[in-house]
Amino acid sequence: MRSKYLQIDHVDMEFTTKQGRFLALKDISLSVEQGEFIALIGHSGCGKSTLLNLIAGLLAPSRGAMLLAGREIAGPGPERAVVFQNHSLLPWLSCYGNVYLAVEQVFGAREPKAQLRERAEQALALVGLSHALHKLPHEISGGMKQRVGIARALSMQPKVLLMDEPFGALDALTRAHLQDELMRIVGETGSTVVMVTHDVDEAVLLADRIVMMTNGPAATIGEILEVALARPRERLALADDSHYNHCRAEVLRFLYERQRRPQAA
Amino acid sequence: MSAVIVSDNRTGGEVVPLQQAAANEPAPATPGSAPSTAVPRRIGAALAGGLRAGLPPLLGLGLFVLLWALLAQGNAQLPGPGRVWAAALEIFADPFYSNGPNDQGIGWNVLSSLCRVGLGFGLAALVGIPLGFLIGRFAFLNAMAAPLIALLRPVSPLAWLPIGLLLFQKADPAATWTIFICSIWPMIINTAVGVQRVPQDYLNVARVLNLPEWKVFSRILFPAVLPYLLTGIRLSLGTAWLVIVAAEMLTGGVGIGFWVWDEWNNLKVESIVIAIVVIGLVGLALEQGLLLLARRCQYENR
Repeated sequence: MRSKYLQIDHVDMEFTTKQGRFLALKDISLSVEQGEFIALIGHSGCGKSTLLNLIAGLLAPSRGAMLLAGREIAGPGPERAVVFQNHSLLPWLSCYGNVYLAVEQVFGAREPKAQLRERAEQALALVGLSHALHKLPHEISGGMKQRVGIARALSMQPKVLLMDEPFGALDALTRAHLQDELMRIVGETGSTVVMVTHDVDEAVLLADRIVMMTNGPAATIGEILEVALARPRERLALADDSHYNHCRAEVLRFLYERQRRPQAA
Repeated sequence: MSAVIVSDNRTGGEVVPLQQAAANEPAPATPGSAPSTAVPRRIGAALAGGLRAGLPPLLGLGLFVLLWALLAQGNAQLPGPGRVWAAALEIFADPFYSNGPNDQGIGWNVLSSLCRVGLGFGLAALVGIPLGFLIGRFAFLNAMAAPLIALLRPVSPLAWLPIGLLLFQKADPAATWTIFICSIWPMIINTAVGVQRVPQDYLNVARVLNLPEWKVFSRILFPAVLPYLLTGIRLSLGTAWLVIVAAEMLTGGVGIGFWVWDEWNNLKVESIVIAIVVIGLVGLALEQGLLLLARRCQYENR
C-alpha cells in the first residue's frame, strides 16, 4: 500500500469569470509517496498548472481537501517550493541574492548568518552555478536562470518540490542537460517532486508515475501510468528499452487517441 | 487607473561612436599602403566622425544666432547677440552680490528658485510616493482617488496660488505650495502604475516564501517600482522648474522668475534673454542628472 505523504482528496476547482462559473478541475484525487517523482501531463488548458497551484497553495480549492505530511494545505508556504515556468528570479538580486532571500526567510530565525550563507552557496553548487554567484539574472542564460530557480526552491528544503513546466522555455539540448541534472539532484536529495510537463519524453524519463489529465473543462485524472524503470536512468540506454518505449506509447496513445487536442486550442 | 503615464525615452544627444563613423568612411584610395599611414588615417577618420556628430548641433545653434542677429538688426529694442554677450559678461562677473532683498546677483536668484523647487518637490515626494504605493496596492483606494486625480491633474498649478496665499498669508510658502501641487501628480500616478505593473510572478515568489509585508515592500515592490518612480520624479521636477518662473513672477521676492520680471520693469531686455538661457541650462541639468540616476537604477529585465 502507498503511504500517503501528499494527499489530494476529491478536489474541485471552480473559477468565477465574467461569463459565469467555470469548473476547471473536477474530482481530483491523488496520493503521492515520500520521495516519489510525479509528472502531470495533459494538453494545454487541461488545468495541470491549476492543480500545481492548488498544491502550492497559491489557489484555494472550491471543494475537497489536500494534506501534506498529515497537515492541511492552507495557503502557500516554503515547505512546498515552486519552480516557476519563467524562472521568476528577481532581476535586481544576484543569483546568490535570489537564493539567499529564500534561505534567510526559511532558516533565518534559527541559524547564524554564516550558516545561511553556506546554505545558499551549497544550493547553487548543487546546480553547478558556483562560478556565477554574483551574476545578475540578465547576465546569465535561460538554462542557468532556471538552475537558479531550482536552487532557490531546493534551498528551502521543501517537503515537496513543485515544478511548473520548468524546462518548457529552453532549447532541446539545454533541456536534456537540465533533465539529467534534475535526476542527479533528486537522486541525491531524495526530494518528492510534482512536475507539470507537456513533454512525453520528459515525463517518462523523469517520473515514477505519470498522471495523465483529461481535457477541460471539468478536467480530471484520466489515467495513471507507473514507470517501472530502474534508477539511475540513462537517456541513451533507454532509447532501446522496451518498457520505456511501452510507457511512451501509452502516454502518446492517451494524449492523441483518447484525449484529442480540443479544437479550440 | 484612467490617468495616462507619460514615459518618454529621450536619451539625450546620442553621439555616433567614432569607430562606427570611421567604418562608414569610404575605403582609402591606396589599399596596399604601409602600416605607418594607417594611424594618421585613423585619426583623420576619427576627426571626420567627430565633426559629423558635432556639426549638426553647431550648425543649428549658429543658424539660430544668425537669425536672432538679423531680427535684432531690424528691431532696435530687441538686443542682438553682441549686446547680450556683453551684458552676460557683466552679470556673470559677480553672480553672488547682494544689495538688499530686491537687488541680488543672478546666482542667488537661481539658488533661491532651486530651493523653492526643492522644498515643494521634496514635500510632494514625501506625500505623493507613499500615496502612489497605497493607490497602486489597493484597488479600493485607487477607485477613490481616480476621479479626484483626473479632475485636478489638468488644472494649472498657478490656479492654486491664491489658495496658497490664503492659507499661508505669505508669498514665499505660496510659491512652494504651487510647486508642491504641480509635482505631486506625476509622482502619485507613476508610482501607482509601477505598483500595479509589478509582475504577479514576483508576488507569487513572495507568497511561496511567506515574506512578511515589509520585506515584500523592501525586496520586491520598491525595487520593481523604482524605474517608474524615477520617471515620475523626472516629470515632476521638469514641471516644477517650468512653474516656478511663473509663480515667482506673481509672488515676487528673490528668484529667477522674479528677476525676469524685475529686469523687464527696468527694461533690461538683455538680462531677460540671459535668464532664458540660464533657466534652460538649469532645467537641462536637472533632467540629465535624473536620467543618469534612472539609468543607474535600471536593471535589465529579460
